[in-house]
Order: sequence, then structure tokens, then C-alpha cells
Amino acid sequence: MTQLLLFNITNGLIIGAFYVLMALGLSLILNLSNVINFAHGGFLVLGGYIAYTITPYVGFWGGLLIAPPLTALIGLTVERILIRPLYGRDPLYSLLLTFGLAFIIEDGTRFIWGAQGKPVTVPAFLAKPLSIDFFFITGYRLFMVAVVAVTVTLLFAFLRYTRIGVRIRAGTLDLETVSALGINVRALRSLNFAAGIFLAGLSGVLAAGQLGLEPTMGTGLLMPSFIAIIVGGVGSLTGTLLGGLLIGVASGLTAVFFPAASEAVIYVMMAVVLLIRPRGLLGEEGMMST
Amino acid sequence: MSGEQTRKFVVLAAIWLALIFAPYWIVPLGGYTALATRVLVLGLAAMSLNFLLGFTGVLSFGHAAYFGLGAYGTGLALKFMTGSTPLSLVMGMLLGGVAGGLLGALIVRRRGVYFAMVTIAFGQVFYYIAFQWSSLTGGDDGLRGFSRQPLDFGFFQIDILSNTNYFYYFVLACFALAVAAMGIILRSPFGRGMIAIRENERRARFLGVPIERHIWIAFTLSCFFIALAGGLYALVNNFADPKGLHYSQSGDFVMMAVMGGMRTFWGPLLGAVVFVVLQDYLSSVTINWMSFVGMLFVLVVLFFPRGLLGFIRRKREA
Amino acid sequence: MKNEQIPQKFDRRTVLKTAAAAGVMQIASPFVVPAWTADNVKMGMVDPLTGVYAAPAGNEVIGAKYAVEQINAKGGILGRQVELLVEDSANDVGTGVQKARKLIERDNVNFIIGDVNSGIAAAIAQVTAEKKVLHIVSGGHTDSITGKDCHWNVYRVCNTTRMEANSVSDLLYSKYGKKWHFITPDYAFGHTLYDACAANLKKLGGTVTGNELTPLGTTDFSAYLIKAKAANPDVLLLLVQGSDMINCLKQIVQFGLDKQIHVAGTQQELESLAGLPPEARIGIWMFEWYWKQPGVPHVAEFVAEMRKRNGGKVPTARHWFGYVSAMTFALVANQQKTLDAVKLAQALGDFELPPEVKLQPNKVYYRKGDHQLMTSAFVGEAVSKGKDDPEDLYRVDSVVPGDKTAPSVADTGCEVKWPA
Repeated sequence: MTQLLLFNITNGLIIGAFYVLMALGLSLILNLSNVINFAHGGFLVLGGYIAYTITPYVGFWGGLLIAPPLTALIGLTVERILIRPLYGRDPLYSLLLTFGLAFIIEDGTRFIWGAQGKPVTVPAFLAKPLSIDFFFITGYRLFMVAVVAVTVTLLFAFLRYTRIGVRIRAGTLDLETVSALGINVRALRSLNFAAGIFLAGLSGVLAAGQLGLEPTMGTGLLMPSFIAIIVGGVGSLTGTLLGGLLIGVASGLTAVFFPAASEAVIYVMMAVVLLIRPRGLLGEEGMMST
Repeated sequence: MSGEQTRKFVVLAAIWLALIFAPYWIVPLGGYTALATRVLVLGLAAMSLNFLLGFTGVLSFGHAAYFGLGAYGTGLALKFMTGSTPLSLVMGMLLGGVAGGLLGALIVRRRGVYFAMVTIAFGQVFYYIAFQWSSLTGGDDGLRGFSRQPLDFGFFQIDILSNTNYFYYFVLACFALAVAAMGIILRSPFGRGMIAIRENERRARFLGVPIERHIWIAFTLSCFFIALAGGLYALVNNFADPKGLHYSQSGDFVMMAVMGGMRTFWGPLLGAVVFVVLQDYLSSVTINWMSFVGMLFVLVVLFFPRGLLGFIRRKREA
Repeated sequence: MKNEQIPQKFDRRTVLKTAAAAGVMQIASPFVVPAWTADNVKMGMVDPLTGVYAAPAGNEVIGAKYAVEQINAKGGILGRQVELLVEDSANDVGTGVQKARKLIERDNVNFIIGDVNSGIAAAIAQVTAEKKVLHIVSGGHTDSITGKDCHWNVYRVCNTTRMEANSVSDLLYSKYGKKWHFITPDYAFGHTLYDACAANLKKLGGTVTGNELTPLGTTDFSAYLIKAKAANPDVLLLLVQGSDMINCLKQIVQFGLDKQIHVAGTQQELESLAGLPPEARIGIWMFEWYWKQPGVPHVAEFVAEMRKRNGGKVPTARHWFGYVSAMTFALVANQQKTLDAVKLAQALGDFELPPEVKLQPNKVYYRKGDHQLMTSAFVGEAVSKGKDDPEDLYRVDSVVPGDKTAPSVADTGCEVKWPA
């Protein structure tokens, strides 16, 4: 039994790491621009499909390096044309718009690549488990965790030590003052959005190695990301990091004892957090009370 | 009567005439009565959501949960408890409304994005319960084995089961009752309080309006109404399924309300007409209807945030 | 926060005008229904063309369209041309029921085909029974459709879960061993499939080491696989389908579990095998129809014709389901020389499919007692790379006739009640 528990906690952390990647992108966009990006799952799928399309020419690694920036570019265009008019408006509108956008992306990917799932192969040396006992820790999953770890470190360093990063952080606290200080807030928001979408695209490329690549792939991965943000605390990226890992472990453990509830348990967690400590574990009071 | 009042009366009369004669004018236009029934039911749902969203200014993105609960409540009642259709509707309403009341009490202190997210969370919890508790709800296959029963008035029956037109009028009657109730509430001092909260919450608080209690009552009432719509929906299909609880269904309702005009009373019904008819037509014509519906969402949000009725109203005021 | 102005280019007025112009043209059309040939025989098809089942549903439609082409080329039904009207149920019951009503009430179809989603198929069956329209369920597998919820006007082409379980049980027991572990999708299809397999296993003398009920749409199966491995079975049966099947198999192979436990299951589809990377194409399964049947008459022609209509790809069992459903209507209507639903439904009892439609070696017919098509199970093994053909991803070892895999009519619980 302890072995089963240990395995599932470890496994949960691995799954959680993946949620972290996606949730961080969502969190970035939410914190600075107050936009709930319901299309985040769609961008994940796009990243996966773009990687699938270019892999025959540039290989798996090329796909991994090129697809996320390409996806971010698409995100940038979307932000410029569709999202920018919504800043300052009721968050309801960005929710509805990105909701519609998710429809368009799902249908678009089905139109371009077909409804049939696409086979994605990962490099052979990664597709092996660590040992017979620890079979669920494959090279690929470790690789994923490594990518997430590196990305998170780079992201936090970027936000802490670069000028733009500091501006973004300042903007999440008080955008008006930042603007009054003469910073180009429009460009800041665009860059921030693109960064968030970059993370979504990267998640997509990683996901495609593990899951079947098909147009409806993103919808199931969107909700856990929201929950990670809520549980960890809106406004806090560290909180999102924690939240993602927590729900990964919770989900994994529930699958052992009560598999029927393994998906529902994260919603219960969200509800509990919202009722008892609405700002989340590491969130700041009043972040979203408007 | 003043010009304004006459105009309102004429509009109201026009709306009701159109609704009453729908089965007759919809067919020559290439429609079918079941479509009109569906529009009515979903329109009622959108109006119920708008009762909260448009008139209190509170966004719930998980209202479909109470819609779905109403559907399951009605279905389960018809399947296991009673042969009376109206009674089953009442049971559905109770299930959805009471759940809404209980949950509403928990979340009423939150606002804005938080409120929206909690409503999504609760909605999804109910979705998963419906999905997983398959011994009771039928799970993904949905709740089957019940159907709307003919209305029994003792010495005559109205067969709403096989006669599509009769059923349409039954739904219209329920719709009328609910809409009348909504109108009366909105005109009451309580209703005025709701609108005050929407306009400026802080000022309303200073004026002594008990904010949290008002929002809770408005939330609960809207849940009762939407549960009624859900129960009717179960009767339309003789079926209840988890999809009706999913947040994407909530999104559709919000879209109908926004598209028709959030701050107007009849706007959501108009939004439902456009949305349902468009979706029905588009999905027959092209397999890519999702792109068109998505584009509709985008266009409405960017260019018609006040919805169709809001747009018309502005034109007139200009 | 101040509202930002909408950039001049996207002025509301311009959008309105363009939208109005385009919209009027588009929207005006179907509401002014042209007096289209009321003389045509119409077949309605309701399938989830969007959503998770879009791939198999789309293939069913292609198969049905080809059938209609052929029917019309041979003179149609009772001398009239046939029209196929396809509607998207969007994997939602409300929409499916509404579309079925639309097809019946507005478009006056004579026949209905659908749905891939068993729940929607059952809901539509209620409508078709009420409206007295002949209905063939092409791809929905839940047993009750030709079991306790059977209707006089509903026939089904694809296998029942019990047929599928019965086709592989003996083979798996004798070849792999007596301890079976299951990964079952947590909905009616999965439950009935599991029950059937477990019952068979018990009869043979084996044991169930565990049953992992996975929610539909599970992406990560690792927790369940950890439990499965801990139970130490001889064979791991994957009852999941579609994307779940793909995800599960992919992860099993990545974990190297296939080297320690035999992997098998019941229903498998070419669509899933095609969506898997080559190293994950493993296991013993049953197919409901396979395109490569050397020596069986008419199959090669069918495959060649379907390739032309399917982007060069071979047809799958789904194409065949759609094809058979549409062809059945034509065959029985032309034979009975009527379009009356009750008469045709009665004539379909024990109706045998001709070779150019059944496209398999055994006798294929609609059983009278439960309206289930006695179609064969193609038992075999997945192949990672096709030998002569990149799409030959399955090796058929035996083709078991339907009436050998199907339970007796009494066991299905179906009692057909005919209208007065």
C-alpha cells in the first residue's frame, strides 16, 4: 500500500508539472490583463499540430523549439486584433470572446488537419521507462518535468531580473500607475499575452508526445489549469506553481481510492478553496474583487 | 396613454401574438414546431440567467448546472415518482432552485471574476456527479425511460406527448407564467433594489440596500426559473443528460443574453431566437458551423456588446 | 479603467452593412424552401460530425453517401432518386433529437440512420418509434438498443458489446491466461462490455484481478496502470475506445508494460490504430469489418471505389456501417415494393444481405427476434507497420460469424412490440 501511495504521489507530481506549464501561461494573461482566456486549450492544440506539421522537416527537437514561438506569434495577432479592444471592459466580454475563439480554433484545426487523430512519435531514447518497477517514470515524462522546471526558472528569472519582467509585475499590481510612468502599456500587454501563449504552445508540443493529437484535445486540459490558478491564488505565479502540483497529486491519489471522482476532486478542491480562503493559498487579498 | 406607454403595449402585444401563432407562421418559413419549442425553452433559460446577469449585474457562468438539475429532477420524478407532468416540473424546479439557494449562500460574498469561477466550479461538480452517478442518472448515456405524460384534467386529456403543437402551447403557458413572475418581481421594490446594485453597488450599500441578501435572493430566484426551463427541456427530449450541466451550455445562455441585449427584459429571448435558429440552420448547411458560431460570439462581443435590442434602443435614442 | 476606443477600421457601421448583405443572401435561402423534388425518396442521417466522435461519424457518412450513389445509379428506390440529408448531432442529445424531428417533420424523410453515440441513438429511437419511421442504428453499440429497449422500427448494424466480448474471450483465455485485468470506460458501453467479458471469464474458470473504471476523456492513465501492474495479471484488457484507447496504448508502450503483461481488448478500430505511433500498434483485438479480405468477392472493388471518395485512404468498419445502413433501406424497399415503415420493418426480420453488400465470407442477416445484424467478428492482432500496404495495420486471424458470437434472443431481453 505504501508503495502504491508513493508511486501515485510521484506520478501525481509529474502530471502536476504539466498542469503547471499550462496554468502559468493562463495566469500570466489573467494577472496583467484581467482576461480569462478560454481559448488557452485551443492554443495548446495549435502548438501540437504545428509541431506535428514541421517535425518531418526539422525533427522532434526542431518542432519543440519552433512550434511554441510560432504559436506565440499567432497569439500576438489575436491579441492585437481581438483582445485589445476589450481591455477595461467587464471581464464577461473577454470570457465570451475567448469562448467563441475556442470554437473557431477547434473547428479550424479539424478543418485543416482532419478529425482523425495524428500519430506523434517521441525520440526513441526518451520513450523508455526508468526501470521495471518505476515504469511510470519514463524518459519522456522526466524530460517533460525538466522542460517545465527550466521554463519556470527562466520565467521567474525573467520576471524578477529583466526590466520588462519588472514592469509586468508592476502592472499586475497597478497598471494605471505604470502607464502614468510613461511605460507603453499596450506593448507590455501584447508581450505578456504572447508569453502566455508561448507556454500554451509548449504545453501542446509536450502533450502531443503523450496523448493522441486531435482537435478536441485542449478542452479537457483547460479546466485543471483554471483550478490550479484558483487554488494557488490568483495573482501569484508561485501560487499557480503550487496549485498545479497540488491538483496533480490530488487527482493521482483519488484515482487510487475512488477513481470515479478523480476528475471531480479538483473541482471540489476549487470550491473548498473559494469558500474558505478565496484568495487561494498564496494569492493576495482583493486581487479580483472588482 | 402616453406615446411611450402605447409603444410598449404594442411591442408587448406583438411579441405575444408572434409567440401564440408561432406553429402556424414558422412552417411556411421553412421551420418546424419543435424548433419553436426549443427556442422557447432556451429563451426562458437565457431570460432566467439575465434576471441575475442583466438586472443585478452578477455574472454566473455555471448556471447551466441548475438548468441541468431541473432537467434531471423532472426526469427522475416522471420516471420514479409520478405520472403528472406539471408535478414533475415542480420537482425539477425545487431541485434546481434549492441547490441554487444553498450554493448561492456560500458564494454571495465574492464578485467579478471570482464569482464567475466559483460558479463554473460548482457547475462542473454537478456535471461530474451526473456523469459518474450512472446508476441513478444513466451517466454519459443520459436519463431515459420517461416521457411527458398527457395532461389529465379528469374528464378530458391534452395529449402533449404525441401532439407537437399541444406541447408547444403547454411550454408557452409555463413560459408565460415564469415571465409574468419575473416581470412582477422586477417591478417590485426588490427588483428596483437589484437594479440599484447593478448600477452602483457602493451607493446602493450606502442607501441601506442589504447587498448580499439581495444578491442571494436574486440568485436563488434565477435558479428556480432556470430549473423550470431545464425541466421543460427534459420534456422536449424525453431525455436528460450531463451535457446540459456543462459550462459550455452556460456559455451558450450567456451568449444569448448578451446577443439579445443584457439590460433589456425581452433581449435574451431575441438572442435565443437568433442563436438557436442560426445554429440549427448553419449546422445543416455546413460542417464548419462551429467556426461561424464562434465568429458570431467574437463579433457580438466586439461590436454589439449591448446586443440587438440594446443597439436598437440606442438608435432610437440618438 | 477607461474604455479604449475601437480602432477606426473596424467601424461598427461597416461591419453591419457587410454582414447584412452577406447574411441576407445566406440566411434567406433555406427559409424560402424551394419546391424541391417532392418526388425523391429521402434518407436522413444524424451523426456527431463535430466533437470527439467526429472521425468515425464522418466516415459513416462517406459510406452512406457512396451507397446512395450506387442506389441511384441502379435506378433508385421504387424508380425514384434517393437523397441523403445529413445533420450534425454535435454529440449532444438535445441537438440529436431536434435534428431527428427536423428531418422527419420538416424534410419528410422515409428512413433515418444514426447515431454513433449510443445515448443519442437511443433517444432518437424514441422519436422514430413515435413517428413510425424505419431507423437503422449504424454505429451505436450499447446492448439495450437491440435488447431491453428494442423497438419495432429500429435495427442495428454494428456489434453488441456481448457479441464483441464473446468473440475474443476463448482465444484470450487459451492463449494468454486466466488472470485478467480491465481498463473500462465508465459509461454504459464500458459497463456492459466488462460485464460480458467478466461473465465469460468466470465460465472459463479464470479470475478478474481488477477493473479500473476510467472517466471518459481521461488523458493520463498512469494511476490506473500502476494499479494494474500491482495486480499482476496475465493479460490487460483495454475496453476504452477512441482517444482514450490511443492515450492508454501510447502510455502502456512508453511505460514498457507491454513487455511484462499481454495487452488485448475487444473492439478496436482502424482509426485508432492509424492515430497511434507504430510502436504502440500492439495487441489482440476484434474488428467489426476489415478492408483486406483476399478472396472474398466484391471487397476489392468496394475498397477501390471508397479510396476514391476517402482521400485515397482505405475504408474502415465505420464506412461499411454507413454503407450497409443505406443499402439495406434500398434493398428491402425495392424487394417489398413499398415505403411503408411497418411492412418494411417486418420484412427486415431475417433479411439476408447479398455478397456485394455484406462484404465478408459468412452469412449476414438481421435477426428477427432482436433486430440485430448477425455480422462477423474479425479477430486478429495489430501490426505496427503494414507489409505491402501502409494501411494494413491489422492481421485478421479468424472471421467468426455473428450468430456464433451473439447471445440467444431470449438472453438479450428484447421483446419487439408491433404497432396495432
